[in-house]
Amino acid sequence: MNHITITQILFLSTALFFIGVYGLLTRRNMITMLMAIELILNSVNINFVAFNKYLYPENLDGLFFTIFIIAIAAAEAAVAIAIIINIYRNHRSIDVEDNEEMKY
Amino acid sequence: MNSYNYIALIPILPFAGFLLLGLFGKRLPEKISGLIGVLFIGIAAVLSLTTAYQYFITDGVINGTYPTLEPIKFTWLQFTSTLSIDMGIMLDPISVMMLVVVTFISLMVHLFSLGYMHGEKRFATYYSHLQLFTFSMLGLVLSGNLFQIYMFWELVGVSSFLLIGYYYDKPSAVAASKKAFIVTRFADLFFLIGILIMGVTADSFDFNTIITTLTSSAFQENYTATFLGFSVLTWALTLIFIGGAGKSAMFPLHIWLPDAMEGPTPVSALIHAATMVVAGVFLVARLFPVFSVTDSGALEIVAYVGIFSALFAAVIACTQTDIKRVLAYSTMSQIGYMMFALGVSDYEHGAGYTSSMFHLFTHAFFKSLLFLGAGSVIHAVHSNEMKDMGGLKKYLPITHITFLIACLAIAGIPPFAGFFSKEGILHAAYATHPAIYYVALITSGITAFYMFRLYYSIFWNKSETHLHDFHGEGPLTMKIPLLILGALSAVAGFIPFAQYISPTNTPQESHFEILFSIAPVLIGVTGIIIATIFYKTANGKAAAFAKSAGGLYRSAYHKFYIDEVYTFVTKKIIFNLIGRPAAWIDRNIVDGLMNAIGNTTITFSASMKDLQSGKVQEYALYFIAGVIGLSMLGIYLWM
Repeated sequence: MNHITITQILFLSTALFFIGVYGLLTRRNMITMLMAIELILNSVNINFVAFNKYLYPENLDGLFFTIFIIAIAAAEAAVAIAIIINIYRNHRSIDVEDNEEMKY
Repeated sequence: MNSYNYIALIPILPFAGFLLLGLFGKRLPEKISGLIGVLFIGIAAVLSLTTAYQYFITDGVINGTYPTLEPIKFTWLQFTSTLSIDMGIMLDPISVMMLVVVTFISLMVHLFSLGYMHGEKRFATYYSHLQLFTFSMLGLVLSGNLFQIYMFWELVGVSSFLLIGYYYDKPSAVAASKKAFIVTRFADLFFLIGILIMGVTADSFDFNTIITTLTSSAFQENYTATFLGFSVLTWALTLIFIGGAGKSAMFPLHIWLPDAMEGPTPVSALIHAATMVVAGVFLVARLFPVFSVTDSGALEIVAYVGIFSALFAAVIACTQTDIKRVLAYSTMSQIGYMMFALGVSDYEHGAGYTSSMFHLFTHAFFKSLLFLGAGSVIHAVHSNEMKDMGGLKKYLPITHITFLIACLAIAGIPPFAGFFSKEGILHAAYATHPAIYYVALITSGITAFYMFRLYYSIFWNKSETHLHDFHGEGPLTMKIPLLILGALSAVAGFIPFAQYISPTNTPQESHFEILFSIAPVLIGVTGIIIATIFYKTANGKAAAFAKSAGGLYRSAYHKFYIDEVYTFVTKKIIFNLIGRPAAWIDRNIVDGLMNAIGNTTITFSASMKDLQSGKVQEYALYFIAGVIGLSMLGIYLWM
């Protein structure tokens, strides 16, 4: 089995990151935007794991960060979905463009 | 020598009364607040009399002079090693005399007000203001230095403002209080400049140090500073005199005094007759050694302003129909007497100085009596106008008798108080300034005339006056002060004043020449006789005479148009030439600059405003673009 280089992994995470950014900027549905954010977070996770493995295999800092990020992402998703549900109850819509008055 | 520390209580008591009545007066019933006021002033008056007895009789003359004492003194603000502002109490013959006058008249007015102000809604406020005034006036007379006197001077102005504007729902009273405050404040500006020049020249604000420094011959020989051709010291003294003239209503700063009669009548008796308006005389007397020894120029100004004001006011007083205004102009005229008496006096003999202080003393009694009498009349008639009065002598017997005594006193008829003091003044003027003497002689005739015009118009004239809702002459609290002051106006003249008060603080012989008195008394009697012919019964003689006097009568009736001149100068000249350009600069340049800064910020922020659109994705885009931009920059720099 061929050895996977760090460059290939970084390509993957970069691609994942920009797919996430694209999704965040173009989707109007809040749930989809939340999913896009998850993609971005996961691309960061991949980076952490990859750098940890290839550059400092004797340390575990990168893995700890990843676990933190997963935990926080879960909490964030819970909060975000709660917010979205409340917005839906008030506006009958979860389209970001219907919620511009939130700026006030 | 005994201690004088208890004197600190004399001003502190009214101040405590002011705080007490000012803070809690609204909750106290009228009787109690009146009692507190009278009690506090009463104790202060007793203490003042004790002080006077101790100072003049018990301690008396030491080494040939009455000593100048400073029982309490502490440094308040230290500027340089020599120049500092002190606070404290200074005792010398004139301050002890003023102490007695102020507390005594204040006590009389407090008593009188119990009846006069009965039923007023703001009774306690009135008393607290009276107490504040008494406190300030006592602080003023006890001041040992120019700055302290200036502070209390302003406090006196404020309390006068409060009391004139007591009926604050009456527009004329509000206008009068503002006028009094602004005019005296305007004069005080000059006073302050004078104080500063004086302080720099003598390197002290203390009266004692100033007097010793400025009258020493070493200083006299070396002092050469001049400004516009006059010695700087003359300027300083003139400026200080302007301050005094503002408070003492000397021409041309007198315009506030007649209007100040809008205040309650007892207030006029206290402030605008007996105490505050003589503050200017007191100030000149305080600095009299400097005035007389250093430079006679300023003293000449004092003399001529005084005599002019005396004559000017006396002429106007003959034409006024509001009884309080007659009294106001009469006050101005009498203060003119005191002023020119100082002006004609010299340092060693000081007959003018002594009789000026004497006149201040006697005038305080008979003029406050006249005002309180007028208050009693107004209380009965509910009007200030002569035409509503007449034939009141059977309704107001006590007021009638005491008013007559006061009129005789002011007209200079022996043996009433005013005769002796006025005699001294005329004598002093005759010795040095004959021109002033003759004018003063004529003025005393006019004085007798207008006082008896007032007297007859109130108490005689119409015989069948019918007073509707007449409710007696007023309570006992109103009659007692009248009687006490009446007695004093009759006998105060017999005090050998020269024994106690002279510019050098050494006792002197009172000299009194019976022959000299003939002319003034004759003139006074003539004035009274003319007034009797014109006004004792309602006849047309006075009106006919006024008609024949024509222009003179009209212009005197309109107070020689001084108010109009002031209005013209302020409205037409000052407002147009200074006020409007200043307003333009303020509106266009000062405000313009501020507005320009504000407008720029507004425009800038308006252009920024659209960035906050509420579109979350736009924010994210800006954010990501920013991050990408920054990282590109970082990479570029790193490479």
